[in-house]
Amino acid sequence: MRSIRAAAVGAVTMSLALAASACGGGSSSGGGSNDSPKELTYWASNQGASVEVDKKVLQPELDKFEKETGIKVKLEVVPWSDLLNRILTATTSGQGPDILNIGNTWSASLQATGALLPWDAKSFDKIGGKDRFVESALGSTGVEGQDPAAVPLYSMAYALYYNKKMFADAGITKPPATWDELVETGKKISKDGKWALGAEGSNLSNNIHQVFVLGKQHGADFFTADGKPDFTSDGAVAAVKQYVDLMAGDKVIAPGNAEYAQNQSLSDFAKGKTAMVLWQTASATFKTMGMEEDEWGVAPAPVASGTPGTGKATNSMVAGINMAVFKNTDNVDGATKFVKFMTSDAEQKILNEAYGSIPPVKAAQTDPAFNTPATAVLRETLATSAAALPQVPDESQFETAVGTAVKELFADAAAGREVTAESVEEKLAKAQQQMPTK
Amino acid sequence: MTTTTASAQPGERTVGKSSPGTARGPRRRPGRIRRIGLPYLLLLPALLLELLVHLVPMVIGIVMSFKELTQFYIRDWTVAPWTGLDNYSLSVDFDAPVGEALLHSFLVTCAFTVLSVGLCWLIGTAAAICMQDAFRGRGLLRAIFLVPYALPVYAAVITWAFMFQHDNGLVNHVLHDQLGLTDKPSFWLIGDNSFVALLVVSVWKGWPFAFLIVMAGLQNIPKELYEAAALDGAGVWQQIRRITLPSLRPVNQVLVLVLFLWTFNDFNTPFVLFGKAAPEAADLISIHIYQSSFVTWNFGAGSAMSVLLLLFLLLVTGVYLFLTSRSARTPRAARASRERKTADV
Repeated sequence: MRSIRAAAVGAVTMSLALAASACGGGSSSGGGSNDSPKELTYWASNQGASVEVDKKVLQPELDKFEKETGIKVKLEVVPWSDLLNRILTATTSGQGPDILNIGNTWSASLQATGALLPWDAKSFDKIGGKDRFVESALGSTGVEGQDPAAVPLYSMAYALYYNKKMFADAGITKPPATWDELVETGKKISKDGKWALGAEGSNLSNNIHQVFVLGKQHGADFFTADGKPDFTSDGAVAAVKQYVDLMAGDKVIAPGNAEYAQNQSLSDFAKGKTAMVLWQTASATFKTMGMEEDEWGVAPAPVASGTPGTGKATNSMVAGINMAVFKNTDNVDGATKFVKFMTSDAEQKILNEAYGSIPPVKAAQTDPAFNTPATAVLRETLATSAAALPQVPDESQFETAVGTAVKELFADAAAGREVTAESVEEKLAKAQQQMPTK
Repeated sequence: MTTTTASAQPGERTVGKSSPGTARGPRRRPGRIRRIGLPYLLLLPALLLELLVHLVPMVIGIVMSFKELTQFYIRDWTVAPWTGLDNYSLSVDFDAPVGEALLHSFLVTCAFTVLSVGLCWLIGTAAAICMQDAFRGRGLLRAIFLVPYALPVYAAVITWAFMFQHDNGLVNHVLHDQLGLTDKPSFWLIGDNSFVALLVVSVWKGWPFAFLIVMAGLQNIPKELYEAAALDGAGVWQQIRRITLPSLRPVNQVLVLVLFLWTFNDFNTPFVLFGKAAPEAADLISIHIYQSSFVTWNFGAGSAMSVLLLLFLLLVTGVYLFLTSRSARTPRAARASRERKTADV
């Protein structure tokens, strides 16, 4: 009896000790292996209207891949709200999928963790070379001068979606091309419970996308050339103020939008409560919300003056999804094959058409599916006037800090408090001081 | 271990004295050890698990708080460079933004906890006293009162988040459209009102627990006390003040402590209500620490803040237990002396 007990206690202690040692830190050795060549796990980001839609889009393609290569891909679609935390958890434990989707603005931040396999020239050759991809999409795959941490998969850009009937009712014949025109148009529409422009004031990422583009138009980058936060430059303050003033001063955004964070501005648009939204690839969403395709129009997002282009006429960030290989993978070759498959011309057409996004692969862009009025605007924007968010390791912190500052300014605007250059600068200074100093 | 040997030794001596030379003595020894040692042996797995689940992460957290743990090191935190007390000095430098924000969040949490615990206790106790006497429908009412406690937190708080919405929320619909109490619809999920929204949800969610515990406590008060008091001419208020509340003291002591710890550390309610960036007015410390570590990827500073929070909660709990156990002793002594006096008379 006693010996059994002793043995049991010993076994429990041993297993606990083992578990404890296994818990401590992920392995820092890396580069992956080929121990399990017949299987891959894939975390896909949620691109479609729901996780189920994504499974329906992706599963047939994964089956195709299995037929071609004999490698089975286990799919898990991860909702946006969980994705970054899931990746961080996988990074710390070392227990992640073989391949995963990342938001392309996180590339540099995740690259800094060292959890993703770098894509050197040799690995790029295995998937057909770097030249196959659009320049702007490659610009958001990691810090400049380092091997990319990921490969572009889907590209998106911001455009101005407008309600044709609401425009016609207000006697407006063409969508605004500049901010002045937008405000002018907006004032004609914003009355009787209807509003001109929708916003997501409590959505930190969306806030960042908008003020980053406006920052570009004011000649500000939010980071210095050597990667230090620079949130309080005149251009940055002017950009943030201009965006929040659309609610506070110009009154073309409804105050209620200050608390939106769940795409409520899109449903307001579909219900005919707001006439315009600045969004990336919203067509599929409008359709699921019951709008007919001819009810809305798509135009390039406004610029300060003139026409969109590079430099100060930047009117979108390079939005999109990248594909990365987890460094701890036990099937490096299979993972490379899978990336090659997903970024092949044929698959790029199928996938991007299903999601309403634009292929970051040049050859696939020529397909007529990406030449409809809506997608042509997005494609043109990506090719000529979109800029990647700062590719610095602190990008993720920047999104939170400045995104929160803009959220608080919107809350002030909604409460009827005045938003001044001083109050904007104060919030941005606070955000900058919260950034890591090392 | 010490206990086992210490208690085994006197046993050995007794055996040796009472029956020298007999064969019973040596055979009894292992029996005693087993009897005394076995409970400890059986407790060992639980103790080890407890260590693993609580102590190990705590130690890791404390170690992390002395390291510079940013995105560059999260893959293997053991290689992160030591920073000494940097994370702590950053957290408590109340003139700099990080410390200032932490202090603000701490004060908000204190105010929130005092109000929430106070209201939960007050409503719970009042409801329990009202439900004490049997009447038709009491069982049903008790069950209804417990609904907020029984609902899954996420489902309940998400429902509240919908109700607090500016444009389509039920709260504004009732307050503004139907009752006309406000000039224009208010914002509840952003700005200053968010504190009120958080408090409402917290109290709604927390008072049924107080109700349940106080109700259980009330069962132990003998009916005769009330009957005697009534005969002596004590009204309802006097009965509550002189009998109910003093009798509930030990129950309340635990109840208030548990409510305090739960409320101070509450993460679910603000997170579901406001998302990962809470409005300044409702920036509870748990969310603040979460944001400092997981959203801005500065796990070292987040760990330091957690350790500071732990120390604060330990201090408050210690002081509270010391004070309440002393004050619990004093009235008992006073009561005893009163009883003696009555006996003398």
